[in-house]
Amino acid sequence: MNPSLLAGLVGAALVGLGLYGLIAHPHPLRKLLAFNLVGSGVFLVFGVVARRGAAAGYAFDPVPQAMVITGIVVAFAASALAVALILRLAVAGGDVSLDPQASGRRDDGEAE
Amino acid sequence: MSVLADLFSLAAVGAGVFFFIAGTAGLLRFPDSLTRLHALSKADNLGLGLVVLGLIPRAENPLAALKLVVVWALVLLSGASTAQLIGRVLRRGRE
Amino acid sequence: MSVLPLLDIGLALLVVAVAAWTIAARNLFASVLGYVAYGLLLALVWVRLHAPDIALTEAAVGGGVTGVLLVTAGKRLDALKATRSGAGPGLRERIVAGALSALVAGALAFVVASLPTPAPSLAPQAAAAAAGPGAGLGNPITAVLISYRAFDTMLEKIVLLLAVLGIWSVGADDAWGSAPAPLRRARPDGAMVLLARILAPIGALIGVHIFWVGADAPGGAFQGGALLAAMWMVAMMARLLEAPRIGSRALRLALISGPAVFLTVGLAGNILAGSFFAFPPGFAKPLILFIEAFMVLSVAVALPMMVAGPPDGESKP
Repeated sequence: MNPSLLAGLVGAALVGLGLYGLIAHPHPLRKLLAFNLVGSGVFLVFGVVARRGAAAGYAFDPVPQAMVITGIVVAFAASALAVALILRLAVAGGDVSLDPQASGRRDDGEAE
Repeated sequence: MSVLADLFSLAAVGAGVFFFIAGTAGLLRFPDSLTRLHALSKADNLGLGLVVLGLIPRAENPLAALKLVVVWALVLLSGASTAQLIGRVLRRGRE
Repeated sequence: MSVLPLLDIGLALLVVAVAAWTIAARNLFASVLGYVAYGLLLALVWVRLHAPDIALTEAAVGGGVTGVLLVTAGKRLDALKATRSGAGPGLRERIVAGALSALVAGALAFVVASLPTPAPSLAPQAAAAAAGPGAGLGNPITAVLISYRAFDTMLEKIVLLLAVLGIWSVGADDAWGSAPAPLRRARPDGAMVLLARILAPIGALIGVHIFWVGADAPGGAFQGGALLAAMWMVAMMARLLEAPRIGSRALRLALISGPAVFLTVGLAGNILAGSFFAFPPGFAKPLILFIEAFMVLSVAVALPMMVAGPPDGESKP
């Protein structure tokens, strides 16, 4: 098995694991973490495409690699925004539940 | 000369790997957190030092060798500090 | 016959196992620690895929800075006593979710295994961009980022700015303009202060070095900026530095300097070199380094401000 196929399979497994965590975990921070796993799995598949596209004297295709670098930074920015929203949810509602029925105090918190 | 350097690298890196394995065995086998921390920080710092020592003759130029030593020094610094921080948290938990 | 394939398989299994642990771990803190370890292991996978530039970014941003972000978020949630998160889905839903995830992963694995041969590649164009009169760089990835796909990179900096603005705007109304809450409320430990005093200057030097060699070797604006950001956060965790007020003019100038300089040079290219984001031959390399220097500044300031969160109003600037 060549390294790039192996890395591609790892990427696929990471997407699967992350997707399961995203659905199964009730806590939003755990969901965010799982979503980051999905993201890095997708990046890894992209990296495999870059490795297979080796040409012009390079061992890789620089275009997908550059896009992964910007992708990692943008994924972090999105995570940070999500964290800020989760913390705001906790301040406003007193809990971090995403279930609209589970929280009775949410409406009072929003009215401030 | 190059055979001698290769033998030196092999011996030093092998000894380093031995210390890493010893530290990991301590992490897995020792009964409480403080002794586990002790095994890990001591053995791994020495192990990494030996690996770096073994890799120095294989460095392309003196600057690369210096970078290897800097990596080891930084790991020593951060490893010792985090071990200290974890140890203090553990002691506070016991009191 | 070589041991490398065995090491690859071992590394792959380890990455998947640590990822599974971050999903399966009982509490949030353990899961976050698993994620940091996962980011570092993933960096090794990137090295094996001949992508040292991505490995540097993944180790610094994916592992380090994201770890600090999530640990800080967990601590702030604990402080709010807002830990109730509602019940998880039942067993039947979990089984359905597992089956769905396995299906998606299987489909993706099938796609990866049946990618076309020979693979399509933009490497010749990137090589032309790196060696051409518009760039003259040894590192093709930097050439792609700043020259070949310059517009993408500039917009990506604006996404960072939008994220910072979004985070600032979820703060309370009367806190606008004040400083974010400190990363650690408690008085820092002596060992933490010592670590920050020694590590932060050395780390900052290494960050500048990684940016500087990025034109010709692995490294560049993102990696160097992320390292500088991490060092600023180490200093903030030791309470040697406090987060600045979000109303501060210096902070805002530093945040917009990267995209602003990039856009200005791009527009100037319209007049001097004949097309948007074209660099005049002969001046390309110094111009690219000039743009990158401001991008380093923007990244190094934006990442810690995102971790620090919205303005707090309580903490004094």
